Amino acid sequence: MLKKSNAKNFLSSLGGMITVLTLVAIISAIVLGVAYQVTKEPIEKAKNARELAAIQEVLPGEFDNNPFEDRIIRTQPGNRNTIEIYPGRQGSDVKGIAVKSYSDKAFGGRLELIVGFFLDGTINGFKIIEQKETPGLGTKISEEKFSGQFKGFDPSRGVFKVRQDGGEIDAVTAATISSRAVIDAIDRAHKAYLKLNAGK
Amino acid sequence: MDKTSFQNLTRGLIKENPTFVMLLGMCPTLGVTTSAINGLGMGIATLFVLILSNMAIAAVKNFIPDKVRIPCFIVIIATFVTVVELVMSAYLPGLYAALGIFIPLIVVNCIILGRAEAFASKNTVFQSFLDAVGMGAGFTLSLTTLGLVREILGAGSAFGWNFAGSDANTMLLFIMPPGAFLALAGLIILFNKFIKRSAD
Amino acid sequence: MTSYIMIFITAIFVNNIVLSQFLGICPFLGVSKKISTSAGMGGAVMFVMTLSTIVTYLIYNLLLLPNDLTFMTTIVFILVIASLVQMVEIMLKKLSPVLYQALGIFLPLITTNCAVLGIAILSIQKDFTLLQAVCFTLANAMGFTLAIIIFAGLRERLARTKVPAALQGTPIALITAGLLAMAFMGFAGIGTH
Repeated sequence: MLKKSNAKNFLSSLGGMITVLTLVAIISAIVLGVAYQVTKEPIEKAKNARELAAIQEVLPGEFDNNPFEDRIIRTQPGNRNTIEIYPGRQGSDVKGIAVKSYSDKAFGGRLELIVGFFLDGTINGFKIIEQKETPGLGTKISEEKFSGQFKGFDPSRGVFKVRQDGGEIDAVTAATISSRAVIDAIDRAHKAYLKLNAGK
Repeated sequence: MDKTSFQNLTRGLIKENPTFVMLLGMCPTLGVTTSAINGLGMGIATLFVLILSNMAIAAVKNFIPDKVRIPCFIVIIATFVTVVELVMSAYLPGLYAALGIFIPLIVVNCIILGRAEAFASKNTVFQSFLDAVGMGAGFTLSLTTLGLVREILGAGSAFGWNFAGSDANTMLLFIMPPGAFLALAGLIILFNKFIKRSAD
Repeated sequence: MTSYIMIFITAIFVNNIVLSQFLGICPFLGVSKKISTSAGMGGAVMFVMTLSTIVTYLIYNLLLLPNDLTFMTTIVFILVIASLVQMVEIMLKKLSPVLYQALGIFLPLITTNCAVLGIAILSIQKDFTLLQAVCFTLANAMGFTLAIIIFAGLRERLARTKVPAALQGTPIALITAGLLAMAFMGFAGIGTH
């Protein structure tokens, strides 16, 4: 009985409180450290798997290299944003280019996509990898009805805009802003692609 | 099972339903329920954190001095939230992206700290487990229902299964922010009228 | 300069923190019965939020990021916010007992106000500079204050009207909030193009 009340006294003293808080913090740090180590690799894998699947989907034709290893990163002037270029090769021949690009003009904030180009600069297809658009509205940019329009489109033709802005792309109904953001991101990717070609 | 245990287990379902009666955790309730799947995912993530934190707090309650009780609880809860966050981003990256910022915000979900204060700090580990299961299940059920209602009305689909056709004119309002408030108001009215009254 | 003005307009009207991002709903519903208390709550949130964003921003960029400890973000941020709230509470008790009495039990609730933690995390996620982060936080706090004061005004009126029995209490408050959110949707699209 005496022992118990002694323990109680110690716990409510300043030293006791500090000890308890420190212990709690240490235990939580250990738990978190372990959880972090265990999940680190799967998190990386999940992220890469998603991007690799998107690259495979948008690249025209077959390729036998690992696009991740041949990645070219271009920083954008004036900010921390990057555009990533993944060439798809068969042997030493480049068959197509996938570009990871972004737009900050979307409705819900940042939108990221990977778009695939044929060697002549026309679009093969795109895949959204990150978006915060309104479900059921802005998210329809991933649906075939909208995204199908881009296949074979050449952004340099000058009509790469939604119809409301005088272009040839039909925006998703009630989601013009999201549709514009897709075009904005692809246009940025296309410019990076042209620059890369010119530099060769 | 004895009567108290049974009461502790079922209290959260109807009588003290965290969403419809206690109005706790309103931010994720309104924020993520644009679809039934999102509601279910958020509910289960919260359920996990609630079970773990309730049991941990009940286990250590005798060693925690009263004055530093809240900081200790917060550290314990934040630890489990981070663990859930890491595990989700490793194994359920799609859902993790959909729930976005609301996953780290489980830390400040009033349900969790509320149950820690009101229940786990006064009861045994087993009873706290039952309480967490009941409350978490009540929360999950409410969120899934709200998500389902909003998804059916707003997107014309249920659990991702589109029954209305992709061109259907659905009540888009319900998946947009105002619809969250209106749908919840409607559900609370129905809950009070039919479920709560018959349970009393 | 325009980018800073845009941050303010977007955060206050277009993406209002309460009505379209759903952060800070608990105080929004809980402390909005009178305009005066909700204004006090708004002020307290503004103060705590700005302070906590500055501190968490510095901790993140100077401590967590260089040491590869970003997975600790949630736990570190909530601890910083909890300590800050405690500090503000002690200061307020000394400096303004009237305001302290008015806010009473709601000050500790700021710790569990997800708007504060949410904005601290969002400021990091959006890759802001410190100045941009402060503007973003201030703008969001103003958005919170604006929303809660308008809402309290509506509820003061509501308290004097006859509400159908089934709607009394929470349902009518939620419906009012829904209508307010609808009004704010009118701002959608400003600034995105």
